[in-house]
Amino acid sequence: MIDKITLTDKQQKSRRGRNIALGFALAGLVVLFYVVTLIKFGGGMQG
Amino acid sequence: MTVIDDHEALGTNGGVRLSEAGARDFFELLKPRVMSLVVFTAFAGLVLAPGHIHPVLGFIAILCIAVGAGASGALNMWYDADIDAVMSRTANRPIPGGRIQPNEALAFGLTLSFFSVAILGLVVNWFSAGLLAFTIFFYAVVYTMWLKRSTPQNIVIGGAAGSFPPMIGWACVTGGVSMESIVLFLIIFLWTPAHFWALALFKMRDYGSVGVPMMPNVAGEASTKVQIFIYTLLTAVIAVVPALAGWSSLGYGVFAGLLGAVFLYCSIAVWRMPDGDQKMVPAKKMFAFSILYLFAIFSALMIDAFVAPLLSLIGGAA
Repeated sequence: MIDKITLTDKQQKSRRGRNIALGFALAGLVVLFYVVTLIKFGGGMQG
Repeated sequence: MTVIDDHEALGTNGGVRLSEAGARDFFELLKPRVMSLVVFTAFAGLVLAPGHIHPVLGFIAILCIAVGAGASGALNMWYDADIDAVMSRTANRPIPGGRIQPNEALAFGLTLSFFSVAILGLVVNWFSAGLLAFTIFFYAVVYTMWLKRSTPQNIVIGGAAGSFPPMIGWACVTGGVSMESIVLFLIIFLWTPAHFWALALFKMRDYGSVGVPMMPNVAGEASTKVQIFIYTLLTAVIAVVPALAGWSSLGYGVFAGLLGAVFLYCSIAVWRMPDGDQKMVPAKKMFAFSILYLFAIFSALMIDAFVAPLLSLIGGAA
């Protein structure tokens, strides 16, 4: 069944909230892997 | 506009059932209060372990342990949604409250489980990651799916899941397990029945109504009170072991002994509580004190680990 629907205000608001939280989580992971890389390979990267 | 071609997204009345869950509802799935105890005891394991870990890696380790514990909480809520809906204490949790769909909670729990274990393994070490994976499995499968609804010993054996965090924290630093970390494990393991059965005593009707065989419903109030006393005694004894074994100072030993005596006093007050007591004030007091007790014991161990070497330094200099 294929149907088109319009989200209610509450659904749109909650979806936006979830997307923002997911965005923060992904950005956090990027920072985490970057920092861990610096720590783990820090010694090796110094000249 | 959104295109819907998933029949599972339809509600019982045939209407479209789209999620209205907010980020806060998902956070609630992680059982934040349980997570705070996990963070604290894992941190204690990390601090007490001999050796060194980079502070940032230590922070990531605690984060992974916390998220892993939260993930197992989400899986627990997914599986237990049917009984949570009936019990007053849990009726407003995100799934029975209708804010999150069961499948959303399952996917959330599995995703966080995978990422917490994988990141802990990649960043810290695979031994601690293996312990975290085992802890999640033990809580979600062994406790939630198997023991909880089948035996009154559910929280005795299942309590192991809550006892692993300090051991994982320890393993993050040392890469292994030792007698000291086993004692940290045992403190929480022996504390759990006394803590949880005190709660079960004044919530026994809730558990009885959903058929969960908690000790007071199966063995009766009198037997539960005796067992609470026995586990309290064992907890008080094991909490002094670090001092007796020479891992911590005499000062810690005296503090743990005094705290254990108060804990025992609470359990005796519960023991002497008349059967059928409606208010169950001693049980409520014991439940509240048990939380304070665990925080105090682990705090004292950490403070002792910093203060005792300082005192010996000062003594040596004088």
